[in-house]
Amino acid sequence: MLQFLIVLAILAVVVIVVTGPLRSASRPSASVAEAAPGEETAEIADLEAAREAKYREIRDAELDHSTGKLSDADFEALERTLRAEAVEILHALDRARNE
Amino acid sequence: MALTGRALLILGLAVAVFGACASLYGVRTGRREWVECGRRSVYTLAGLMTLAFVILEAAFLRSDFSFNVVAGHSSTTTPTFYKMTAPWASQEGSLLLWVWLLSLWSSLVLFLTRGKVREIVPYATAILLGFGTFFLSLTVFYANPFATTSNPPAEGAGLDPLLLHPSMMIHPPMLYSGYTLLTIPFAFAVGALITGRLRSEWIAVVRRFALAAWLFLGIGILLGARWSYTELGWGGYWAWDPVENAALMPWLCITAFIHSIMIQEKRGMLKVWNASLVLGSATLAIIGTFLVRSGVLDSIHAFGASTLGVPFVTLIAVMVGGSIGLVVWRRPQLRSDSQLDSLLSREAVFLFQNVVLVAMVFVVFWVTFFPLISEAVTGTKVSVGPPAFRPFIVPLALVLVLLSGIGPIIAWRRVTAANLSRNFTIPVLVGLTTLAVLIVAGGGTSSRPLALIMFGLGAFVIATVVQEIWRGVSARRAMTRDPIPMALVQLIRRNRRRYGGYIVHAGLAVLLIGVAASSSFQHSSDVTLAPGQHAVVNGYTIRYVRPLASATSQKISFGAVLDVSKGGKHVTTLTTTRGFYPAQDPTLGIIGRFFNGSSDSNVGLRAGITKDIWTVINPDLGPLQGLITKGDRLFAADESQIMSRAAKVSTAQTQQSLNALFAERDTAISGLVARFKSHPWSVNFLLIVSPLVTWIWLGALIIAFGGLIALWPVPAFARRRAIARAGAARRGSPAVAARETA
Repeated sequence: MLQFLIVLAILAVVVIVVTGPLRSASRPSASVAEAAPGEETAEIADLEAAREAKYREIRDAELDHSTGKLSDADFEALERTLRAEAVEILHALDRARNE
Repeated sequence: MALTGRALLILGLAVAVFGACASLYGVRTGRREWVECGRRSVYTLAGLMTLAFVILEAAFLRSDFSFNVVAGHSSTTTPTFYKMTAPWASQEGSLLLWVWLLSLWSSLVLFLTRGKVREIVPYATAILLGFGTFFLSLTVFYANPFATTSNPPAEGAGLDPLLLHPSMMIHPPMLYSGYTLLTIPFAFAVGALITGRLRSEWIAVVRRFALAAWLFLGIGILLGARWSYTELGWGGYWAWDPVENAALMPWLCITAFIHSIMIQEKRGMLKVWNASLVLGSATLAIIGTFLVRSGVLDSIHAFGASTLGVPFVTLIAVMVGGSIGLVVWRRPQLRSDSQLDSLLSREAVFLFQNVVLVAMVFVVFWVTFFPLISEAVTGTKVSVGPPAFRPFIVPLALVLVLLSGIGPIIAWRRVTAANLSRNFTIPVLVGLTTLAVLIVAGGGTSSRPLALIMFGLGAFVIATVVQEIWRGVSARRAMTRDPIPMALVQLIRRNRRRYGGYIVHAGLAVLLIGVAASSSFQHSSDVTLAPGQHAVVNGYTIRYVRPLASATSQKISFGAVLDVSKGGKHVTTLTTTRGFYPAQDPTLGIIGRFFNGSSDSNVGLRAGITKDIWTVINPDLGPLQGLITKGDRLFAADESQIMSRAAKVSTAQTQQSLNALFAERDTAISGLVARFKSHPWSVNFLLIVSPLVTWIWLGALIIAFGGLIALWPVPAFARRRAIARAGAARRGSPAVAARETA
């Protein structure tokens, strides 16, 4: 009997927890693809991830240069390319945020 | 509490099915509240499975033999530590462990991705809960850990003695953590493929989980190898057993992914390849789980034949078919953003390394499944052993080590002659010098050229890592003037992925040097010795000093004390024993059943940094056989008499007679033990002197340390810098912004 009551109590808690969002769904909420207040759109998130990866790449190149893995000439050429790519991402990010 | 446990499993199954459906319904209809229900279902499942696992643990700790699984895998004499870990010694308990770990890791990833990858998360949630549904269905319908009996035995069967080993008890949770963590990149990859959001964000989510899966799986594999070396008594650490291979294949596959994903992050290349590796790793993990549980291939590690084969084959077919379909469907969006600039670049090295790793997976898969393939084609199961792997795996491993040395020092995109000269001169010289010294030390020739090449390549890899770390420390000191230890710590702290990876490469080199040395230059001797006699192995004189024997009602143990000396000087004293555990089958005889049940070996081991001296006893029971048979006959007659009188006397009197019989049996066994000690006969020993085995465990520790560094979360101050960097980036200079974090 005790076990039955325990199971019943667990079942009640599970139902309350799992279906909680449905009970509060009467309030208007953003759809899955839309960003809720304080959230970013998927495109911005993607671009931010790309920006982070590009920053990491620039940082890696700088570390490679400072440890002598890249010569001055190689580093300058690489940094120019990376900087151009990063600027492109930043511009895309600005455009996405302004839309 | 078995009823509560069963209810929790059924409730968990219902929650998993509901959550998967809610996630899919939510994402298809655009209703976020349903997606949130799916997320909450994962958290709830974790809570339910935690409760279920606690109930099972409590049953083991209480020795509650009304639980079938406890009666079958524990006993009142099982030590508490092993009672705690015994749940995953059974098919039923290990399936519950699988679901529990899956629910915990799934909850973690969903918690960490709140508000991120919103389009992908509902599909990933559904996939993760789909895995949960599958494994919960197995526990509910096929292998219920909460099945009980109304007539519990007074004593349990006990844990398989081979599992009474600390590393064997930690090994399964490590492996299962690895397997279950692999489902997370799989779930997010499927989500990304379904939604078509295949750019950078999903990679940022799965990279850390892929690394964690790699780390846990690697630790699990090495713990298994350590157990094999110290417990199984065959003298090796890797037998190319199907179950060992089952863990190795996804590990190799995810190793390839961890490297190739860097190319996608930096260059937007290899998208099809990376998606395939992620999907393949998880599929291989399920294949591994299937191998352990279906009994389709013979293995010392498997749970034996079971009815779980068909559900697993169905799941694997769905995963393979679905994965191929999704990748083909999304192929246009998986085109590379850029091209390989040069074959002399880090991208090209990573790509080549990926090809080598996948080739290894293919070899291991093909040879492991060859018995099944041959049976399907010819009708005859052809067994192949370790020799079938070596001709392919050894050269591939050599290339892999070479590439793990080249990778850290070759530049991204393109390499110039000056770059090559500056970065490769010292490591190449170190590698070649090591090789030359070893060839000269070996008298100019060697019967093991591949092992020597491995030593040279290992030295090359270690030199590249040391060079890279030293240059990094020097560069940091030039900026900060920190003392060397501080500069080293700061360098690694600020570049965890890079230097964690380098440390892993050094560890791999150390480990493979150990493997090459111990497998190529091992000396072993299978000898039969009487007390006082000795054998010589690789210059070590190993003398059988005296026999050892002991007995309890649970175990008979025969062993030996061995003295090891070299050049007349004492080196060490080794003790080795073999334990015999009674079988449950009463027809094997009251004494004979001790020698027809399980047995385990305690090896005599003196581990050293240069070599291990390893020995195991294999006592010949022939001289005792006459006594055992006679004892069985006498005790069977007595037992028969007691049982025939049982109907005429009270139960208490019958039990009293049986207790007296068991006391006599214990006295007889003590007599056998005393005979082994007082009239010792010749026994068989396997004696092995093996170089650099310790390097394998040392390499494993270095790899785990490097993996932890790479995996460790970025500290809060780094996040603050990232915010500052974003501010600088808006002011127009991405290079300055990036430099702020360096």
